[in-house]
Amino acid sequence: MIAEDDEKWLAAANAAVKQNAFYMQRAIDSNNLKDALKFSAQMLSELRTSKLSPHKYYELYMRVFNELGTLEIFFKEETGRGCSIAELYELVQHAGNILPRLYLLCTIGSVYIKSKDVTTTDILKDLVEMCRAVQHPLRGLFLRSYLAQVTRDKLPSIGSELEGDGDAQMNALEFVLQNFTEMNKLWVRMQHQGSSREKEKREKERNELRDLVGKNLHVLSQLEGVDLGIYRDTVLPRILEQVVNCKDELAQCYLMDCIIQVFPDDFHLQTLDVLLGVCPQLQPSVDIKTVLSGLMERLSNYAASSVEALPNFLQVEAFSKFNYAIGKVVEAQVDLPAAGSVTLYLFLLKFTLHVYSDRLDYVDQVLGSCVTQLSATGKLCDDKAAKQIVAFLRAPLEKYNNVVTILKLTNYPRVMEYLDHETNKTMAIIIVQSVLKNNTHISTADEVDALFELAKGLIKDFDGTIDNEIDEEDFQEEQNFVARLVHNLYNDDPEEMSKIIFTVRKHILTGGPKRLPLTIPALVFSALKLIRRLRGGDENPFGDDASATPKRILQLLSETVEALSDVSAPDLALRLYLQCAQAANDCELETVTYEFFTKAYLLYEEEISDSKAQVTALRLIIGTLQRMRVLSVENRDILTHKATGYSARLLRKPDQCRAVYECAHLFWADECENLKDGERVVLCLIRAQRIADAVQNMTNASRGTSSTGSVALYVELLNKYLYFLEKGNTKVTGDTIKSLAELIRSETKKVESGAESFINSTLRYIEFQRQQDGGMSEKYEKIKMEWFE
Amino acid sequence: MNFLLGAFKPACNISITFTDGKNRKQVPIKKDNGQIVMNPLFQSQETIAGKIHIDPYQGKKVEHNGVKVELLGQIEMYFDRGNFYDFTSLVRELDVPGEIYERKTYPFEFSSVEMPYETYNGVNVRLKYVLKVTVTRGYAGSIVEYQDFVVRNYVPPPPINNSIKMEVGIEDCLHIEFEYNKSKYHLKDVILGKIYFLLVRIKIKNMDLEIRRRESTGAGANTHVETETLAKFELMDGAPVRGESIPVRVFLSPYDLTPTHTNINNKFSVKYYLNLVLVDEEDRRYFKQQEITLYRLKEEAS
Repeated sequence: MIAEDDEKWLAAANAAVKQNAFYMQRAIDSNNLKDALKFSAQMLSELRTSKLSPHKYYELYMRVFNELGTLEIFFKEETGRGCSIAELYELVQHAGNILPRLYLLCTIGSVYIKSKDVTTTDILKDLVEMCRAVQHPLRGLFLRSYLAQVTRDKLPSIGSELEGDGDAQMNALEFVLQNFTEMNKLWVRMQHQGSSREKEKREKERNELRDLVGKNLHVLSQLEGVDLGIYRDTVLPRILEQVVNCKDELAQCYLMDCIIQVFPDDFHLQTLDVLLGVCPQLQPSVDIKTVLSGLMERLSNYAASSVEALPNFLQVEAFSKFNYAIGKVVEAQVDLPAAGSVTLYLFLLKFTLHVYSDRLDYVDQVLGSCVTQLSATGKLCDDKAAKQIVAFLRAPLEKYNNVVTILKLTNYPRVMEYLDHETNKTMAIIIVQSVLKNNTHISTADEVDALFELAKGLIKDFDGTIDNEIDEEDFQEEQNFVARLVHNLYNDDPEEMSKIIFTVRKHILTGGPKRLPLTIPALVFSALKLIRRLRGGDENPFGDDASATPKRILQLLSETVEALSDVSAPDLALRLYLQCAQAANDCELETVTYEFFTKAYLLYEEEISDSKAQVTALRLIIGTLQRMRVLSVENRDILTHKATGYSARLLRKPDQCRAVYECAHLFWADECENLKDGERVVLCLIRAQRIADAVQNMTNASRGTSSTGSVALYVELLNKYLYFLEKGNTKVTGDTIKSLAELIRSETKKVESGAESFINSTLRYIEFQRQQDGGMSEKYEKIKMEWFE
Repeated sequence: MNFLLGAFKPACNISITFTDGKNRKQVPIKKDNGQIVMNPLFQSQETIAGKIHIDPYQGKKVEHNGVKVELLGQIEMYFDRGNFYDFTSLVRELDVPGEIYERKTYPFEFSSVEMPYETYNGVNVRLKYVLKVTVTRGYAGSIVEYQDFVVRNYVPPPPINNSIKMEVGIEDCLHIEFEYNKSKYHLKDVILGKIYFLLVRIKIKNMDLEIRRRESTGAGANTHVETETLAKFELMDGAPVRGESIPVRVFLSPYDLTPTHTNINNKFSVKYYLNLVLVDEEDRRYFKQQEITLYRLKEEAS
């Protein structure tokens, strides 16, 4: 409705302008000055309307503006025809209405300046002063904008042909500044026009007009002869005075941005304290962070673009100024949300990283300031602030690509303390990922300590939080990062490395039941790696009190793994015990080895109840035990005995059978002469065969149901016999093998066993060995079987 | 018929020319019927001289009881129309009674005539100067011819010319201070000044400066006062805020002004006022009127 009226009024005004412009043109064509003035004044009267919205008013203004161009040319010609320009200057002022009068005055004024009859300064002064008479914001703005427009190319500057002296140029400056000031006042005043109900709309319209005001700053920046001195002593203070005094959010925000964008970087750098000093004086609602970030971004780019500029940054202490200013702003703006202040610090940090990348102390200082700020607000709760702070903490990480550098920043962890758990975790992941991605070398225990302190969001649960909704996959992924991180920690010096391991352990053990199974293996293997290294080197080069003895580390590992058994991951714990046992064995620490086995056995007995798990665990035990060399005969006997016992008590018969024949290996160690107990090997095998028989019987009893397993068991047994035969166990006789083979043959005849290929390859192997030259064929001579005929 | 017509026609044609008539400045004067005619311009203490031609119509003779020329300064009040009050009256006898047969020229001269008052054309009063030529005849009635001329008197710039400065206002509503650079202006002068807004609590729409003429005629109970607004000049558009100062620059030359006349021959006075008017958004008017003195300054010969 209103827009429609707007349209209608504009159309009417446009028509009137067109008509008067036509008459004006006719008067001009016939050199009729009086009529030309009359109709131009009438045309300009259309601009007196209060009905149009700023947008439409602008359209109307542009139309009139174009017509005034013709008038200006006419005035110029008129002066050529002997009409004194001073007279014309007076003549246009006879117009009764102020607005047309001033438009005409500006038009003739610009001609006047060009004519060089009079000092430019006087005219400029007069024009800018007279324009005060229009106090209506919209009309005043456009009038002054017109003034700025027509005088723009006529402002005196150093070396300009109009006037050469510095005074004139200063006056031109004064002119632009004054015009700017007045325009800004009008612009600011606009918001108070009309009802408060339409305030929002009005502010929007006002925003559309901002470039009219901003153009003045542009003119200023283009003004020749404005050097740093003038800028610092005159231009900037004057602009800022206006900015501060207008107490208007929109204007302050826009103008600050304008200043930053319009004037050269170097000027900003040299007047940084002035510019920054203003920030705390701005209205609390002004979005200072945008302003400052704009400034810092510009200066960052400036620093990046020219190397010569860098010393200037140092010279003017840009950093400390920014830091100070931001502190002031935060202090002054009580209502600034945490996100806002963090963003400010984020930009400062980015700036610092750009310009002073080698000054870690600065970076730390920024962090410190941020901590101070956060300590006032407490933990961050809103998403926005959290996002900002993640970006904030991320910035140095991305810049240096090196966590070790970050660890030097004492305030870094202090900032992290203010994060909520979720964010803290996010941040921890980012840090850890950075380490992994860049393959950062972290080599001292202190660094490791600090790093884990930083990443504690990943390492442990926070008090009082119950994360029910954690996605299992995500969780595992996260913990995998931790595990990978552990592997990234390395130092050539075993002493230091062991310290690292101690540190890591300290942190990892705080992880709780969900994390431990995922993180401890990494720690254990990392430690085992160290042990292996120690063993390879000199025997205990540090003396007894050094921490990095294999024994101590193993001791530590034992305790560590124990933590696993508490969190119902017995399978894993068992495996790790066995690994440790192996390491202990390699280090020839018998008691320790025994100790580990004990623990493993205990676990087996108490914790592992699932039969499948038992089978696997038992196999591992047997496998490991077989390779133990340091154990005394007694100890070994005890352990072996236990293992065989376990084997016999497995639930499923085939498992029993297999476990038992595996146990045979426990009595036969190839490279160790005193560990070749052929008899007990055979005993084991016989027991296994007996179990296989039992299986066979059961299968026959329930024929048709399932398993062909027993044949396979027999074949396996056969293979075992062959193995030990080859190894030279004299107790393995050809008869035993033959009878077993017979048994297999008869069984396969009875039923489709499903193990034919296995049988055939075994037979082929026997045949093959028999035809070999040397010792092997001799051994195989004993087992000539008619089966093969 | 012709005879009859001829009988009512004046017997001769009288014309008056001034000695320096060709060079003398002419100024426009509005006559009763609205016509604008150009009349020669004189000032006080000038000698008014010229020639009077009496031209009888073909073949006629003019018998007369004497020919004279009078210089009259007259004030005419419109409510008393037709009654002239002569404040100046000078007579020159040009001829003794006799007969005129053919064109005859009489030179005349009023030397250094005192003409203290300026020609003035007002709403209710008119002051004019006229040369009146009378060919006196007995029964046939005298033949009279008039020639108006204009008198303007120039004064030197006043030695004391203070500015007008004043603070006015409505309590808690509007306080302004205005300043005009002079209190006495010549007719081509420029009024310069400033309006300071000390307090603005009303929504002002615009501000005008009016030039008003107050003409009072008669005396005592019969005084008539007539006020005209001669100029309305917009000084400001829109609502100022506290602390604004608005420039004033009004050129007087476009307006039809006269000097201030005070008590001219006890008959009338003409005074000028500057009226500052502020109009608010509800079209209420706030104004303050200040008298100024106008005077005629000798124009530079250009």
